Amino acid sequence: MASDNAPHFSSRDAVVCRGVGKTWAAGTKRAHEALREIDLDIKPGEFVVFLGPSGCGKSTLLYLIAGLEDATDGAIWSFGDKVETPSPERSLIFQETSLFPWLTVWQNVSFGLAIRGAAQEERRAVAAEALQRVGLIAAMDKRPDELSGGMRQRVAVARALAMRPKVLLMDEPFAALDVQTRARMQDFLLDVWRDSGASVLFVTHHIDEAVALADRVVVFTSRPGRIKTIFPIDLPRPRNLFSREAEAMRIQLTELLRDEVDRAFAEQEGFAVPA
Amino acid sequence: MAVVARDGETGVAAGASRPAAATRLLASRLFVSMAGLDWLAKVWWTCLSISLFAGLWELCWAMGWADEKLLPPPHIFLDNIAEQGKYFNTATRWQVGSSMTEGPSAFESVLITGAATTARVFAGLVLASVLAIGIGVLVRYYRFFDRLVLPTITLLSPVSPIAWLPVAIFLFGIGNAPAIFMVVVALFFHMVLATINQIDTVNTNLINVARTMGASKPQIYTRVIIPAILPGMLQVLRMNLFGAWMVVLVAESTGVGYGMGQVIMLARNTFNPSLVFFTIAVIGVLGFTFDWLLRLAQRRILYWLPDTAERLRGL
Ligand SMILES: Nc1ncnc2c1ncn2[C@@H]1O[C@H](COP(=O)(O)OP(=O)(O)O)[C@@H](O)[C@H]1O
Ligand SMILES: [Mg+2]
Repeated sequence: MASDNAPHFSSRDAVVCRGVGKTWAAGTKRAHEALREIDLDIKPGEFVVFLGPSGCGKSTLLYLIAGLEDATDGAIWSFGDKVETPSPERSLIFQETSLFPWLTVWQNVSFGLAIRGAAQEERRAVAAEALQRVGLIAAMDKRPDELSGGMRQRVAVARALAMRPKVLLMDEPFAALDVQTRARMQDFLLDVWRDSGASVLFVTHHIDEAVALADRVVVFTSRPGRIKTIFPIDLPRPRNLFSREAEAMRIQLTELLRDEVDRAFAEQEGFAVPA
Repeated sequence: MAVVARDGETGVAAGASRPAAATRLLASRLFVSMAGLDWLAKVWWTCLSISLFAGLWELCWAMGWADEKLLPPPHIFLDNIAEQGKYFNTATRWQVGSSMTEGPSAFESVLITGAATTARVFAGLVLASVLAIGIGVLVRYYRFFDRLVLPTITLLSPVSPIAWLPVAIFLFGIGNAPAIFMVVVALFFHMVLATINQIDTVNTNLINVARTMGASKPQIYTRVIIPAILPGMLQVLRMNLFGAWMVVLVAESTGVGYGMGQVIMLARNTFNPSLVFFTIAVIGVLGFTFDWLLRLAQRRILYWLPDTAERLRGL
């Protein structure tokens, strides 16, 4: 277990994980370890992608960083403060729609302000500004079920942005979208990221997506998730994803991932593979 | 920003993937004519359905298969409303000192009796819902409350409401209170368990979104959990509506109160099949109207739910 008293990191780092582990249902029969010994430093304004086979604990790590769950081992800091509860500074965007179906788009976007008791005019103004940034100002008074999947995720991004987060946590936000919409959403996200200056932690199991977006890719092992390697993507932006360098990186990442996916499969089929 | 111009394309996607939303949009444009046509079609089918049933019955009578003294067909039992009506609203009619010719007309009597029964069902439903949702939320909100009351509620929920009838009489004697009590008792326990079940199945993401935005526990309950369980709760309410109607008739017919149930009992004791069927018809219309109003309210309150009735039509 990592000790709290002597953390060796800069207090300006957006997210710092030291020896983070998570065992679900710890102490019961159904206990299973999802994460082990995660050490990670994320700079302000950095775009980091978590890549790994499904079930390796990527979402779990995001939940821990968001403060929605407690780590069983180690600790997490954000801008020098220990993460103990959720905070509007760290917004989480989910894979499935998480808009409140009973609220209009603008009410969804300004939900956080409503929680704080802001007046209606202020809420509407903030919502309008955030929706402007995601290009959905025209949909302000619509309800979520009148929007397409891509539009809904953009509203979710606007809702997160309205909180002026310093860290944007995104759990496979585009996984449910078709390929074309997904490519546009990636461009859109890069615009938003540049404008907001927030750090982005982005979970995916798509190698293409990782190469398109990341400054660094954190590759996870299969369960229990550990960091296998941290892979920098030092391609200039805007990126030419058809360049030879990009292709080479995709191949390297594919190989890194292949072993882990094989191991995950073997485990699911009941063969114990020694780690 | 580059995304501004993309609304057209995503709008099309919305139309394709969400036919319900598109239809609603269209419907709101052509509101008057569309809604009018829909409504007319519904009325037409309802009339047809009832006419078919009544027609078959009349046929049985015409062929001599149904004895009109036991199974009088609609044209007989609906014929003399004035005659039937005098059995209704017995409370005012049979007051000491008033003669049979005094008081409201036959038609008014039917209305008054029907309204009395409906009011009991309504009061019972409202009371039961408020109590059940309140208790259900408290059970999930406070752990100690959960441990304290949930066992008793679970234990009592399978008890038939009929078993509570004597209790209703002991506690409330005769009048509105025991009938309402019966409705509440019949619905309350199930609705508490349904509320808890609804709370447990609220999408975790919605709760987590609220948490990351800094919502407190009371805010999560009032702003996320309550609106999220409303659709399910109204569904439960509608399912229980018919249960409420059954119980209220039992309560009234055993002399706990007066009303439609009491008229049925009177018809039984005086061997009056016409009155039985007439009362059944009135109860049917009342129950149907009540359910229709509840559905209307449901659509009003739950404006955000898509209409799923057409989902299985294409099979
Ligand atoms: N709320 C939870 N309770 C118990 N186990 C969980 C929970 N969430 C995830 N897990 C388990 O933790 C492991 C990692 O899950 P997850 O973090 O969702 O993986 P990933 O996002 O990489 O696909 C899985 O074995 C999963 O079953
Ligand atoms: Mg996941």
